[in-house]
Amino acid sequence: MGQITLNQVRKSFGEVDVIPGVDLDIKDGEFVVFVGPSGCGKSTLLRLIAGLEDTTSGTISIDGKDATALPPAKRGLAMVFQSYALYPHMSVKKNIGFPLKMAGMDPAEAEKRIQRAASVLNLTNYLDRKPGQLSGGQRQRVAIGRAIVREPAAFLFDEPLSNLDAALRVGMRQEISELHQSLKTTMIYVTHDQVEAMTMADKIVVLNAGRIEQVGSPLDLYHNPKNVFVAGFIGSPKMNLIEGPEAAKHGAHTIGARPEHITVGDGPWEGVVGLSEHLGSDSFIKVDVPGIGIINVRGSGELGVHHGDRVKLNPAGKIHRFDANGLALA
Amino acid sequence: MATQSSRLAARLMVAPSVIVLLVWMAIPLAMAIYYSFRLYRLISPERTGWVGFRNYTWFINSPEFWMAISNTLLLVGGVLAITIVFGTLIALLIDQPIWGQGPLRILVISPFFVMPPVAASIWENLFMHPQNGMFASFAQGLGMKPILFMESYPMASVIFIVAWEWLPFATLILLTALQSLSSEQLEAAEMDGASAVSRFRYIILPHMTRAITVVILIQTIFLLGIFGEIFTTTQGGPGSASTTLPYMIFKQAIAAKDIGRAAAGGIIAVILANIVAYFLMRGIGRHLDA
Repeated sequence: MGQITLNQVRKSFGEVDVIPGVDLDIKDGEFVVFVGPSGCGKSTLLRLIAGLEDTTSGTISIDGKDATALPPAKRGLAMVFQSYALYPHMSVKKNIGFPLKMAGMDPAEAEKRIQRAASVLNLTNYLDRKPGQLSGGQRQRVAIGRAIVREPAAFLFDEPLSNLDAALRVGMRQEISELHQSLKTTMIYVTHDQVEAMTMADKIVVLNAGRIEQVGSPLDLYHNPKNVFVAGFIGSPKMNLIEGPEAAKHGAHTIGARPEHITVGDGPWEGVVGLSEHLGSDSFIKVDVPGIGIINVRGSGELGVHHGDRVKLNPAGKIHRFDANGLALA
Repeated sequence: MATQSSRLAARLMVAPSVIVLLVWMAIPLAMAIYYSFRLYRLISPERTGWVGFRNYTWFINSPEFWMAISNTLLLVGGVLAITIVFGTLIALLIDQPIWGQGPLRILVISPFFVMPPVAASIWENLFMHPQNGMFASFAQGLGMKPILFMESYPMASVIFIVAWEWLPFATLILLTALQSLSSEQLEAAEMDGASAVSRFRYIILPHMTRAITVVILIQTIFLLGIFGEIFTTTQGGPGSASTTLPYMIFKQAIAAKDIGRAAAGGIIAVILANIVAYFLMRGIGRHLDA
């Protein structure tokens, strides 16, 4: 079981309200991703759930029981840290077995669990090494191994992939997703990378300045952003946000059009191509349209448009409309 | 890097310091060895000559000698034990975020700046003195007889005073080690269900082994030669209850004015220091490797 409920959780450091009050419901077995720009309070929120920080007010309950005042060890959660936080003087085996040893588990049973975790994570050949002798990806796996042996109610991941190189990051992303598929344990994952959020999450929580902007499935957030912040944050390249007379034509303060929803050819917007990037599979071009601004367009790989060309654009797909407060209009 | 000429250059560069070290170390050592086999008393300088190992045998057969050796080791071991245990505890304490941390740390470190004979005099006369000392007045206030520290417990008193002087050094080194421990490791251990005691035992202490090794090695070097504290307080007494090897050598050289015997004692002290160093490096030297 791993059902976590936050009720009006507030956290302030002195005068500064880092989290002004958050309500959130996490169902058992869900993969929830907290995403947001740096300093939005997503790590703090995770640490509040872990019990590494005390809440200023509000309650956190785990599986229906109030856990607000419980120490971290009593909450039944396991955490994977950004720096992995492995114990450098212990072998991989001792690192993974440390929580079991602290729980006073019978050594034979602990050994069995360590072996099982090691085989799941491909660490069997490294059990006697020290963390200093492992690569970044292996260290990451040891940190995950240390979390899974306890069979916790939920896993907490604090930007676990940010210290890995790009190729390894994609690999570990899949491994964590597969781990979630096989364990079916609640996972809460903090990242600033919206690609990680989109690919892994059952449910994304978009945070900005300590407030929850929107909660929903990845595609829900992509198709129906509730406000300008979510619209601009989810999706890559970023959604084009246009204000002024062009928006007024649609009866809105701001309109948004995703780069992949704009076609090159005939259309109402005309401009000069600035940057053009051809990746083979896709082409990304930036078009300076007078009176509207720079428009990002994502076209097919065959799009033969280059710097300096004059093109016409047609916002053929969905136009998102937002009012003066940045909220989406129906 | 390792071409012929660069190796030659490296040797030339190192040569001056090697020569200085040789002059500073080898010549006194050679003179000590020379005198240790000679009859050389300042009271009767006209009587000279080779005496073989007689200076050494006198030392080893002297009942004071074994006492001095054990006192020396007791002093080193006792001070090391006290400074490391309390140094660790104080370091843990002043590592906590508390009000007035800066001045507190300076206060903790300040005993190190007091010169050894001064520190010893302060403790002997202001605290441990049976008539004027603070401990004596406490004891009298409680209706007890004052303890005669320097008479009844001379070695323990000396160890206590020396430990007081060296505690700041140990605390300082151990505190810096403590501060280099990543807080995420401690948080991870907390999540893993480790109690405060377990966190200390399994995370903090292993992290500090290298610093503790450094403290042991450096302090041992200095503690083997402790002299001033004994000279100012017990003068090696009562009898020879608090005589250490350096103090015994001093008594032969200055009180008995027998340079030959003192030199023999000096050579024995060098051998003792080497034996201690050998066992130290075998026992804990591996902790110095990264």
